[in-house]
Amino acid sequence: MPVSDFQVVLGLEVHAQLLTRSKIFCACSTAFGAAPNTQVCPVCLGLPGALPALNAQVLELAVRAGLALGCEIRAKSVFARKNYFYPDLPKGYQISQYELPICVGGGVEIAVDGATRSIRLTRIHMEEDAGKNVHDVTAAGSGVDLNRAGVPLLEIVSEPDLRSIDEAIAYLKTLRAILMTLGVNDGNLQEGSFRCDANVSVMRKGATELGTRCELKNMNSFRFLRQAIDFEVRRQVELIEAGGKVQQETRLFDPDRGETRSMRSKEEAHDYRYFPEPDLPPVLVDEALVERVRRALPELPRARSARYQRALGLSAYDAELLVADKAVAEFFDATLAAYGSSPEAAKRAANWLNGDLARLANELGQEPAAWRITPAQLAEILRLQDAQTIGGPGAKQVVEEVFRTGAAPAEVVRVKGLAQVSDEGAIEAAVDRVIAASAAEVERYRGGNTKLLGFFVGQVMKEMRGKGNPAVVNALLKKKLGE
Amino acid sequence: MALTLDEVRRIAALARLRLSPEEEQTFAGQLSAILDHVAQLSELDVSGVEPMTHALAEGVPLRADEVRPGLLPDEALANAPAREDTFFVVPRIIE
Repeated sequence: MPVSDFQVVLGLEVHAQLLTRSKIFCACSTAFGAAPNTQVCPVCLGLPGALPALNAQVLELAVRAGLALGCEIRAKSVFARKNYFYPDLPKGYQISQYELPICVGGGVEIAVDGATRSIRLTRIHMEEDAGKNVHDVTAAGSGVDLNRAGVPLLEIVSEPDLRSIDEAIAYLKTLRAILMTLGVNDGNLQEGSFRCDANVSVMRKGATELGTRCELKNMNSFRFLRQAIDFEVRRQVELIEAGGKVQQETRLFDPDRGETRSMRSKEEAHDYRYFPEPDLPPVLVDEALVERVRRALPELPRARSARYQRALGLSAYDAELLVADKAVAEFFDATLAAYGSSPEAAKRAANWLNGDLARLANELGQEPAAWRITPAQLAEILRLQDAQTIGGPGAKQVVEEVFRTGAAPAEVVRVKGLAQVSDEGAIEAAVDRVIAASAAEVERYRGGNTKLLGFFVGQVMKEMRGKGNPAVVNALLKKKLGE
Repeated sequence: MALTLDEVRRIAALARLRLSPEEEQTFAGQLSAILDHVAQLSELDVSGVEPMTHALAEGVPLRADEVRPGLLPDEALANAPAREDTFFVVPRIIE
């Protein structure tokens, strides 16, 4: 039986690093990339006698995420110790939340192939990150850097509601966009500030009982996530087909081989012996805090996309692309603020952002925050087109140059000689030269083959080195060929 | 409530303790006695009493999100059995 006879069932656990200046239980910096063990103190090193003190901003961001995702915010939640030994965990336990997390329920609306589905959330809880083990520091052993130990995380756990890899990717991208819009997380998969573990199981189509699941780790890009789940699904189906049984276990994705493999099985690994953290009293959230955070919630991607479609007439496709990155959506809004916000303007601005700008950003590997082109400059380019100073191809060149150098659009037009010629005399001269040189085509055109107009336009443009105003060229050609 | 030797071994393994056969016997007895002592609590009827995780009635105190200097790397690493540059060095980890 092939894979297609099986239904994939996926649940995702996302670890999102909270955008705070200091760690969750101490005042050490959370900045990424510092030299090893330069952002540590007795609390995050787990030295005897050091006591944790909860960062107020962690609580606020957890409430913000919970409200935006439609969760119930618990008035009282409790930190718990998750006990295990690993070199990157200096205390021998991770402070997390277990039986009483800060948020329960809620969901994420995803759109796949035009259909909308709601993916339920089980819970969201606050916890501290572990440090980092580095394996190539010395031949004598592994290096441990505890700068990351104690960095605040939200763990966001979905129900096993996802039924395909595409849905899983859509869920992650939607959740990531929401968290970025909220200012809760920076969405950086490579640096590990947005991480995902996947619970994967398969069942025969039509079955009602979920299969045994495996937990996949170590996927730091959407591409790897896709590869890992794809591999794991085929592995489980083949195992079942061969009469075997899936063992519940944690499997590590190996990006070099594109496969998952069992982590060294530790029999006791799942016995974390959680108990309430004695050093931290329960977390109390009062209605005033919830209301204050609720009032300050920004417009979320879904609402923004709906607004773009309703008020600006954008297609769902364009709108979804724009809102997938908060910075891009803000660039779009600022462009319309500088230029005007008719549906036609919106469509043109969206085309630039989702087309050439997205392509250039991808080529240069630039996040929107690092773009040199500004919304005011894009608005100016739109106006240069309106004034027929530049045509479509000219505008593409201007956009690219401004994107690369940040130069003023009018200056780019001047320096590169991109201004188009609308002067009828100059165009007429070129048209006349082309007509004189193409007697055979002129005859066929006049004989009824009007499709040849494109040929003539091309010739005139070539004659004018691409700078002829297409509207004027077209009009003059039609007039002269009609004579 | 008598703990079996297997249970004692498992608890020891979780705590990364290596016990001799004599110690296993000793701790089986001691741990069982501790559990019996605590088990007296179960004689009370606590139905309807909300579980208490902490003795303080007030919630967790909050700290403003401000960065303050911590330890210098040399201070942080002062008690490390082994170091390389500013890394702690531990026996090689195989995942």
